[in-house]
Amino acid sequence: MLIELSFLDLSLAAILVLLLGVFSGIMGLGITRQLYVAAIRTTVQLLLIGLVLKTLFSSTSVSFIVLIAFIMISVAGWEILSRQQRKLKGWWGFGISAGSLFVSSFIITLLCLFTVIQADPWYSPQYAIPLLGMLLGNTMTGIALGMDRLIQDAWRQRPVIEQRLMLGQTAYESINDIRREAMRAGMIPIINSMAAAGLVSLPGMMTGQILAGAAPVEAVKYQILIMFMITAGTGIGVISVLWLISKRLFDERERLCFRRLLKNIHA
Amino acid sequence: MHLFKIKKLHFLHCGPISLQLKATEIIGISGASGSGKSRLLRALADLDEHQGDIQLDDMNQQHIDAHLWRQKVALLSAETSWWFDTVGEHFSGFSGAHINKQLKSLGFSADCLGWSIARLSSGERQRLGLIRLLQNQPDVLLLDEPTANLDRHNTGLFENTVMEYLHARPACAIWVSHDDEQLQRVCKEKHIIENGELIHAD
Repeated sequence: MLIELSFLDLSLAAILVLLLGVFSGIMGLGITRQLYVAAIRTTVQLLLIGLVLKTLFSSTSVSFIVLIAFIMISVAGWEILSRQQRKLKGWWGFGISAGSLFVSSFIITLLCLFTVIQADPWYSPQYAIPLLGMLLGNTMTGIALGMDRLIQDAWRQRPVIEQRLMLGQTAYESINDIRREAMRAGMIPIINSMAAAGLVSLPGMMTGQILAGAAPVEAVKYQILIMFMITAGTGIGVISVLWLISKRLFDERERLCFRRLLKNIHA
Repeated sequence: MHLFKIKKLHFLHCGPISLQLKATEIIGISGASGSGKSRLLRALADLDEHQGDIQLDDMNQQHIDAHLWRQKVALLSAETSWWFDTVGEHFSGFSGAHINKQLKSLGFSADCLGWSIARLSSGERQRLGLIRLLQNQPDVLLLDEPTANLDRHNTGLFENTVMEYLHARPACAIWVSHDDEQLQRVCKEKHIIENGELIHAD
């Protein structure tokens, strides 16, 4: 039986977030504004989607579902950029993050729908939308972390990169160590979740299915499938972002091109 | 190499600058801070944007890959950077015999390859930076105030190592320095950068 949450229960949790913001502000750690904006957004967005989810799941129009998928990808691409302390100027930043999300999440979702789940029809929204959502949510985190790490490290280690160029290394070699660190940063969250699954954390989807009465083994199989898909998606997404951005950080004469970057004062 | 030729080079507010160096020659350049000495060397190594023609024998700077150019036209900046934990890791991939000889001529023993980067003094970094740069066997050396952090003894060792290399390879060098006596010692010709122009000084 589901225990209903009262308004008071939610307020209690909200007060905790509020306090976190206050403490962070007092200690000068400067995440307060972002934290509050995100907390308000999660409330409003979940309320809205909760209201229309039933309608969405009963939809049978392919074009409508594809449209929803594109909106999801665009928003995720936008969010990745908002988390960057420095980003590529113009449409490059958004293009690279949304493009990589498309290649990783969208295509892996399609692959999964056609070959593994084989729902009828393939675009059945109750499979397609949550699957894409879980992939995007995780891939987005990986890409945002990897991208931020790459650009920030390159910015701070400019003397090292230029020294390596002076020694005749290619642009690729000169930033390779930094790229490796960025790859690690992007993949740590999903590697952690896989390592901790079942021992430390009970993945939400699996737990939900079992609580709702599904056979445990079936729920577990779904969860493993999702984990692997997320890992592959995150990996492909982070790799392509790191590749594209490190290309964009150099010009055709293998010089660092920091004028292509813009400081993001809100991040 | 036989000839390093700079024709009508422009960068930032500087130029046109033209220069020619033959093998084993050293040209000295001085000038106030901010006059564009370092920028000139960076343009020659193709690390900054610039216009004009730069030619090493029959090879045009813009016609070969930038990293190959930088192996031949090598810049030693005023502050060298080191990214691995120990000295030796920066020399991996190069043959040991060469390195040991050069280490010795700059006053190091071979065990310095095991030193941690954190314990290097700025003078040691500068001398090791030269040895690291020479591993590529460059044809042109661009030296940006290379002995600013060295005492008289080590400055002498540094100058001798450069001269020996230039004659053995043979190669040429552009030597930027504030020390007029040093330029007197090592250079055939001296120039001053002033108001964006390179002026011959006698």
